[in-house]
Amino acid sequence: MLLGCGRIIQKSSGQGFKVLSRLQSTLIIAEHNNEKLTPITRHALTAATKLGGEISVLVAGSKCGAVAEEVSKLPGLSKVLVAENAAFNGFLPESLTPLILATQKQFNYTHILAGATAFGKSLLPRVAAKLDVSPISDVIGINGPDTFIRTIYAGNAIQTLKSKDSVKIISVRGTSFEAAPSEGGSGKVEPAPSGEYASSVSEFVGQELSKSDRPELTAAKVIVSGGRGMKSGDNFKLLYSLADKMNAAVGASRAAVDAGFVPNDLQIGQTGKIVAPELYIAVGISGAIQHLAGMKDSKTIVAINKDPEAPIFQVSDYGLVADLFKAVPELTEKL
Amino acid sequence: RVIDYAVKIRVKPDKSGVVTDGVKHSMNPFDEIAVEEAVRMKEKKLASEIVAVSCGPAQAQETLRTALAMGVDRGIHVEISGPEYETLQPIHVSKILAKIAQDEKADLVIVGKQAIDDDSNQTAQMTAAVLDWPQGTFASKIEKTDGNLTITREIDGGLETIKVKLPAVVSADLRLNEPRYATLPNIMKAKKKPIKKVSAKDLGVDTSPRIEIVSVEDPPTRQAGSVVPDVDTLIAKLKESGHV
Repeated sequence: MLLGCGRIIQKSSGQGFKVLSRLQSTLIIAEHNNEKLTPITRHALTAATKLGGEISVLVAGSKCGAVAEEVSKLPGLSKVLVAENAAFNGFLPESLTPLILATQKQFNYTHILAGATAFGKSLLPRVAAKLDVSPISDVIGINGPDTFIRTIYAGNAIQTLKSKDSVKIISVRGTSFEAAPSEGGSGKVEPAPSGEYASSVSEFVGQELSKSDRPELTAAKVIVSGGRGMKSGDNFKLLYSLADKMNAAVGASRAAVDAGFVPNDLQIGQTGKIVAPELYIAVGISGAIQHLAGMKDSKTIVAINKDPEAPIFQVSDYGLVADLFKAVPELTEKL
Repeated sequence: RVIDYAVKIRVKPDKSGVVTDGVKHSMNPFDEIAVEEAVRMKEKKLASEIVAVSCGPAQAQETLRTALAMGVDRGIHVEISGPEYETLQPIHVSKILAKIAQDEKADLVIVGKQAIDDDSNQTAQMTAAVLDWPQGTFASKIEKTDGNLTITREIDGGLETIKVKLPAVVSADLRLNEPRYATLPNIMKAKKKPIKKVSAKDLGVDTSPRIEIVSVEDPPTRQAGSVVPDVDTLIAKLKESGHV
């Protein structure tokens, strides 16, 4: 017993010294498609600056040149680590995790961050489990190096939590942090720790991406969104015309996706994308809790719905009780 | 087991959490989809046995019964209650699931992509990491070919296909399937199916909290807006506020 206690004391005093002697340092995992950096990475950078300390960015992929150059221009970076390897084709978490662990082993970061996208959500918890720490998902605010704010219950409650782990692994909600400027820095580019990262258990087969000339949903200033009230996929053309007029992205509620009107990657809500544009126009959307979770931080919300009792009117700044099949073409025409 | 998705939650006045007493609970919607997929695999003779696991207080058994009524063969209830349950996190659950997966010699672990209460979206990824198995997250289609699974994943720009070797961990997205309703005869039959009760300690998993919840608060409420009479007024309002 006594021996055990003595050990504990020794251990904790040792840790205390380590914390004092070690500054905050953050690693951001860059998200990209081997050609361009995904904008969420710049939002994650803003979040990282709130933590204080040095910031490094890890660029891993099968082709990293252009992205590493783009990243090196981001302001405030001490280092850009580049890992170009065919093993990272498809950005599989099974091959990226050992790379991040090797990087962590070498540089001992206090924080590891990525955007809360499909990529970040898939990767970070795997890294966290390997480091035996509890990750913190979709953070909307940072109160200190160990205190974070996130939403629970589809955005209906806001939780402030304090992490007790030595390394904080955090995914960042893009819409809650401004994007860092894309110019002004000159980060030093270095190779990331090399290793055998090819995964024998998983393999990237292919992608089928929706093509669109419209702005990307999570970054758009204006979003026109349709729900079950659109009645068919064809009727979404009404929204596309309106969106084109306003240079807006087009989104959808789960009902519209489930009914097959539009592809799933347009879904806005608790389980789809979370957006916060300047202007959100909800057309034929009732406003279920799960949908509101994805859009209620929009600056201005406009609802067009023929049901005056629809819950969407409780969050909309301007509501129009009207038949969307009349109102939307009229709006498009008059704009 | 989570608060039913249709319930409007209430934050406790002392800001310690959300009111759960006397509130309707159900199986997490994503987990229903996971159960349905497992049952379909058994119906296609791809799986020989399905085990459902739930970590939580005594009431978690009701959730397990629901899974049994949907076609699961047997249940394991990892009893965790009181303050320990309040701070139970994906890191703990994933270690428990990993241990059970090994003990039961499972070839596939299917979970929902996220629980609709904590919205973490971590358990599948962490379970896969603990086991060192491949992961197929946000799956909207799963096909078995020999010792592999071909999984279509829902990603930000569309869909992605990956191939993972079994054993693997998969998390179900909404569009994976349409869960069935348990019929009355199946609910009756489910009452006879076995549920084994174990504790986290039995499994050698430490559930001490990794986070401290500082506070839980209501989100800011939006100012009520106005209803405009026609499209012209709407355009005028949008012009006024500089949106068009």
